[in-house]
Amino acid sequence: MQIDVNEYKHENEYKELIENYAGKPESLLAIMQDIQKQYNYLPRLAISLISRHVGIPVSRVYAMASFYKAFSLTPKGRFVFRVCDGTACHIKNSETLLDQLQKSLGIKPGETTTDGMYSVETVNCLGACALAPVMVVNGKVYGKVSPGDLEGIIKEYGGQNHGYDNQGS
Amino acid sequence: MDMIIKAHDDRQTILVCCGTGCTANGARDVFNALQSKLKDHPDIEVLPVVKATGCNGWCEKGPLVRIIPRDITYCSVKAQDADEIVDKTLLEGILIKRLLYRDPVSKEHLASHHLTDFYRKQHKIALRNIGEIDPAQISDYLEREGYQALKKALQKMDSQEVIDTVKAAGLRGRGGGGFPAGNKWQACRNASGQEKYIICNGDEGDPGAFMDRSIMEGDPHTVIEGMILGAYAVGASHGYIYVRDEYDLAVQNLGQAIKDAHSHGYLGNRIMDSDFSFDIELVRGGGAFVCGEETALMASIEGRTGEPRDKYVYPTEKGLWGKPTVINNVETWANIPVIILHGAEAFAAVGTENSKGTKVFSLVGKVVNTGLVEVPMGTTLREIIYEIGGGVLKKRSFKAVQTGGPSGGCIPASLLDLPVDFDSLTEAGSMMGSGGLIVMDDHTCMVEVARYYVNFLAGESCGKCTPCREGIRALLEILTDICNGQGRMEDLQLMEDICLTMQEASLCALGRTAPNPVLSTLRYFRDEYIEHIKNHYCPAGVCRELTTFYIDPEKCTGCTLCVKQCSADAIKGEKKQVHTINESECIRCGECYRVCAFDAVQLGRRDHHEN
Repeated sequence: MQIDVNEYKHENEYKELIENYAGKPESLLAIMQDIQKQYNYLPRLAISLISRHVGIPVSRVYAMASFYKAFSLTPKGRFVFRVCDGTACHIKNSETLLDQLQKSLGIKPGETTTDGMYSVETVNCLGACALAPVMVVNGKVYGKVSPGDLEGIIKEYGGQNHGYDNQGS
Repeated sequence: MDMIIKAHDDRQTILVCCGTGCTANGARDVFNALQSKLKDHPDIEVLPVVKATGCNGWCEKGPLVRIIPRDITYCSVKAQDADEIVDKTLLEGILIKRLLYRDPVSKEHLASHHLTDFYRKQHKIALRNIGEIDPAQISDYLEREGYQALKKALQKMDSQEVIDTVKAAGLRGRGGGGFPAGNKWQACRNASGQEKYIICNGDEGDPGAFMDRSIMEGDPHTVIEGMILGAYAVGASHGYIYVRDEYDLAVQNLGQAIKDAHSHGYLGNRIMDSDFSFDIELVRGGGAFVCGEETALMASIEGRTGEPRDKYVYPTEKGLWGKPTVINNVETWANIPVIILHGAEAFAAVGTENSKGTKVFSLVGKVVNTGLVEVPMGTTLREIIYEIGGGVLKKRSFKAVQTGGPSGGCIPASLLDLPVDFDSLTEAGSMMGSGGLIVMDDHTCMVEVARYYVNFLAGESCGKCTPCREGIRALLEILTDICNGQGRMEDLQLMEDICLTMQEASLCALGRTAPNPVLSTLRYFRDEYIEHIKNHYCPAGVCRELTTFYIDPEKCTGCTLCVKQCSADAIKGEKKQVHTINESECIRCGECYRVCAFDAVQLGRRDHHEN
């Protein structure tokens, strides 16, 4: 993985976020979360800056980034469709929603459209089981979603219905 | 019925549930609509207050709006109902019938949720404040005995007395293990060293369980007070609350609560003018199921990957940073203030011989009333599912209830009269876990459910020890084969062997309990496995490779419901004409099978390659 030159433009912003926390190992998770939240992924440059700040080798920061689900090493889409696949959602057919999303957006869970607009993810349980099946798009919760509702929801985020011809990255 | 409210004196308050469930149904819009509507009434002497509250637990009927002190509950409220609620109910005292809950059996409209079976049969300890208070206001908590237990402990009890009370109450850890909390505290108190830690495990990861989320969102101070009491008992000066990052509202409300507890002198140096000092820090989890395991959770706080370690030495001796640590889950902490304030006897009077108090269950799946249910230990599954839950959705037949999340198992109809406590569930091959109860009907395939859990665990096993990592992978391969009609009869024995090895040899509880979903379905639903393997047939119509759907022309009324639901456009048919399914277009999602009200969509067999 190479450092994208564009990342250097943000170097000071990264540093600002990182230096909100004390340079101790226990700050690591929180710093990574803040960076992830701000940029939708962990830039390579930010990882090396974090490593220096908390005094933990890059290899271990990388281990954290790949271990925890909250982190991504590639930029996620502007709109992240998170389909809950907790048990209650699963037995109320969340899988059909994923199939339908794949048909509409052309991407599988974990992928992002090449134009960087959409990502699809599954999430284990959002704890909103009474509303199963549940889907969250950038923090907005949709309950009791039927495959037929998806077209309308995708449109809310500027998407075209069937025939979004982007292939997953 | 008293239709006119006596004005002037009783200050009316409108409570709008703003838990995650109600918010998803539009509770914020209702809240805003009520608030702006009330601005139009400056002439009203008694100005009602709109408050956002935490989760009421009755998520199925959300958004919920309550009006106190009259105790009126409105269900499924929409923003456009705001005018009517203010004009009629608040100003004139008239109940709006269509917003009231209608009892499905007696068909009666009930004015308050307290009168419904869903609430009447519950016994609230851990959830006592949920939905009654505004979690963002410490004053609300203080009005309901908040921090009184702490005051009592600091002024009248020494630390050993606090531990003795928790021991005498018989409180067992609500996170799943069921280890006696008092004994854990005692071990930590006895451990040598000055520096000790208290941790609240809020990394609620079991899919289908959300009681901890609800408590952290709806009553954060009870968790904090519980932890302060624990810290006082064992002599800790620092605590952590580890919360799933996905729980936005819980993170927000806990953060606010910690701040308020500080400014009121319940946290920080010399708490309530005693010699005791304690502080709490909030840690957001990284999203890993295994971090619910205590040693993995501590690794995560320390800034490492969440891998468990062996527990020859317990965390009460060597926990966080190698120091003695008490770690309990959210619901356990929420019980502590009640035990200390009202005494061990009152708490121990509820429950069974070996499991005292109550347990919160999240009742979800194919059940009429979904939501959080707190009942005394020893309540039977039948009471919970039928009397409180209102039975199976759409009057379908009950097949199983899954308890304990991915580490638990499926319990069949023959065991519905089982009194639920820690020990009875373990005997039945399942476990209490954190208290998820997922009801499954005859449209649920038990083989696929086992595959689902194993697939979940395959993604969550940290991979450190071989039995768990490889065992889960092998189980997943076999179960996937069976679901695809490629299973062999000898696979059943092979799975049982793998499961036994995993139970014996895995490092942590994740691996040791991972076989439960497989073993319990093999034990109670072996027939279904055999149907899949021998007859290449999925009786629930879930496994796509083994299922086709067709429409029975005798039963089809031509209502077009299935046509509208079909996302593959595979069903053809005009209104009042018999519909047909085009098999080559059909993706076998089963949506038509589930929505048809006339049982016209039928399951067919797919001729599969013979073994």
